[in-house]
Amino acid sequence: MLIINNLKAAIAGKNILKGISLEVKPGEIHAIMGPNGSGKSTLAAVLAGRELVEVTEGTVTYFGENLLKMAAEDRAKEGIFLGFQYPIEIPGVSMVNFMKTAVNEHREHKGLDPLSASDFLKMMREKKELVEIDSKLANRSVNEGFSGGEKKKNEIFQMAMLEPKLAILDETDSGLDIDALRIVANGVNKLKRPDNSFIVITHYQRLLDYIVPDVVHVLYDGRIVKTAGKELALELEEKGYDWIKNEVENNILT
Amino acid sequence: MEKDQDKILSDVTSGEYKYGFYSDIDMERIPKGLSEDVVRIISGKKNEPQWLLEFRLKAYRHWLTMKMPSWPNLKIQPINYQEIIFYAAPVQRKNLDSIDDIDPELRKTFDKLGIPLTEQKHLAGVAVDAVIDSVSVKTTFKETLAEMGIIFCSFSDAVKEYPDLVKRYMGSVVPYTDNFFATLNSAVFSDGSFCYIPKGVRCPMELSTYFRINSANTGQFERTLLIADEESYVSYLEGCTAPSRDENQLHAAIVEIVAEKNAEVKYSTVQNWYPGNKEGKGGVFNFVTKRGLCKGENSKISWTQVETGSAITWKYPSCILRGDNSIGEFYSVAVTNNYQQADTGTKMIHIGKNTKSTILSKGISAGHGQNSYRGLVKVLKNASNARNFSRCDSLLLGDKCGAHTFPYLEVDNQTAIVEHEATTSKIGEDQIFYCNQRGISTEDAIGLIVNGYAREVINKLPMEFAVEAQKLLQISLEGSVG
Ligand SMILES: Nc1ncnc2c1ncn2[C@@H]1O[C@H](COP(=O)(O)OP(=O)(O)OP(=O)(O)O)[C@@H](O)[C@H]1O
Ligand SMILES: [Mg+2]
Repeated sequence: MLIINNLKAAIAGKNILKGISLEVKPGEIHAIMGPNGSGKSTLAAVLAGRELVEVTEGTVTYFGENLLKMAAEDRAKEGIFLGFQYPIEIPGVSMVNFMKTAVNEHREHKGLDPLSASDFLKMMREKKELVEIDSKLANRSVNEGFSGGEKKKNEIFQMAMLEPKLAILDETDSGLDIDALRIVANGVNKLKRPDNSFIVITHYQRLLDYIVPDVVHVLYDGRIVKTAGKELALELEEKGYDWIKNEVENNILT
Repeated sequence: MEKDQDKILSDVTSGEYKYGFYSDIDMERIPKGLSEDVVRIISGKKNEPQWLLEFRLKAYRHWLTMKMPSWPNLKIQPINYQEIIFYAAPVQRKNLDSIDDIDPELRKTFDKLGIPLTEQKHLAGVAVDAVIDSVSVKTTFKETLAEMGIIFCSFSDAVKEYPDLVKRYMGSVVPYTDNFFATLNSAVFSDGSFCYIPKGVRCPMELSTYFRINSANTGQFERTLLIADEESYVSYLEGCTAPSRDENQLHAAIVEIVAEKNAEVKYSTVQNWYPGNKEGKGGVFNFVTKRGLCKGENSKISWTQVETGSAITWKYPSCILRGDNSIGEFYSVAVTNNYQQADTGTKMIHIGKNTKSTILSKGISAGHGQNSYRGLVKVLKNASNARNFSRCDSLLLGDKCGAHTFPYLEVDNQTAIVEHEATTSKIGEDQIFYCNQRGISTEDAIGLIVNGYAREVINKLPMEFAVEAQKLLQISLEGSVG
């Protein structure tokens, strides 16, 4: 579904991604780990179409199409969802209004009529239950005054509403208490189908106890320096990133 | 692929004005220019009583001694008053007894603007006074309202039918000497709405006046007088549009409100005069004096305005809180896009004891627009326990526009509590991207964000108009995303 080939990208002239290749097949869960500043969020931003990040080389193909040519909102409507590491506040815009606009944009894209107000609210209710989100949150302005954990749960709620084909979750587990972590993981597992895929960016092995990845990648200094099965996450947790750094530096030397 | 955020914003914020059409209506106009004769002609056209002609002449003579004020934050070309037509009116066939007597072209005009001149069922909650250029052409639901003793009619009709009320209240809140434009208006005012709510009556429907400038080179000088007698309530709304033209047009109106004891008046404005084109050519000069007098105890006047139009807006809807425990409120959203300029705000004059005022101003600047809030909170010596809370927020779209805040404070009573807050923010690239990522286009994202920002004010509008105002905000900032 997604093929990334030798992707290089820069922000404000500074090279951040230095040649990333990765393939995600339908139904797969990929975990991406890596030290702070290694470029994980930048990769997510490129995939979601943020113009702040400039692609300097490489290709990204999504269902056979050139993803890099598509506008961010079209990528969203084609099924790419990004759970933000730092969800944005939009004061005065109610979650209901925001989600209704988003859902109806998706529907229009699929040639469907907009949902009626009552059908929409019913859908909201169902999804809220699915991800066990406090129903009061949905009546407030988008992320405004939400706690860190509430913001993350709200991302999962939005994912549930939009039913993406490829969901990229950028540290959705950071800042969550144990219960919230379980809820987020449950949300992901309930939405998992044989034909949709996840890229889960995380620093912690514990999330991967709940969401079992098919593959774990380590991103270091803008490159994927290691790819292995889920046991890699355990190894990282135990040893930290130093051994990877050493390995990488040795490779470069030799 | 590289798209600069400012480019997106500038594309998005350069939408077209949708009410710029001109209607070919059979009009009667007087020659352009201003003189004592012109004042007499206007008064004569309206068959006015002598006292009113004298009021006009006094104002005119006073005006001759005045100079147009200058403001540091507005750039205004000099106005040549000899080039303006001071009276233009659709030719009417006879007395307007039924809707069929209205020129079909005129009806079409208001239909196109979405303003019904017929008393339609689905709009049963709104009575409309429709004013085109210098005259009121139709007031709906007059009879229904009359059953409750409510007077809602054109200003000209009020002069004929209720001269005592007009004489008693006209100029009592905005005297003819008040300021350059108010004085000009007092000399040449054409028409407008008059409204009287009798003691103890809650007006059951929204009253509204719709102002339309149609003729070229014509000034619009309407005058509205709204009186809420003891224990009464009314919610009133005005809307305005004008054709797109290359030359500037002058609109100098007066609105006077009097609230007696325990009365409450909500006055809402959705102002959408032609703002000029993208290069700043043309557009309406909107110089308006609006003032409410909370005359009786426990009276309340709220101003809510959504200002999206006009090349230049200069207006400060104000409250004189004379009655003890009276309350004044001002809620405003002002948009300046392209080369629009707005200098708007309010004055809250606390005279009575325990008087309260609230000011919430939301400026939105885009393009090269310049948006200033100017507000005065004045607490007089005897106004013990006066309270004011003011908040002025500015939202900037792009980096060529400007926002300015000028709060003035004059407090002569130690017990007063006055608070002022101000913020300036920009629509962030991150907010737009967040919306994009959920499938929402940049244009719609800006609409959502701006409406969210303005929500506290929009919520103060009567329901029927809140939706309109939201659309208007979006339209006035929309365009094609390049
Ligand atoms: N807007 C920006 N302007 C300049 N540099 C940026 C910007 N955004 C990211 N960077 C830089 O790009 C690099 C990669 O950042 P990125 O956010 O992708 O890291 P990350 O792997 O997600 O880190 P973390 O684990 O802390 O979330 C960092 O050095 C960061 O400082
Ligand atoms: Mg990150």
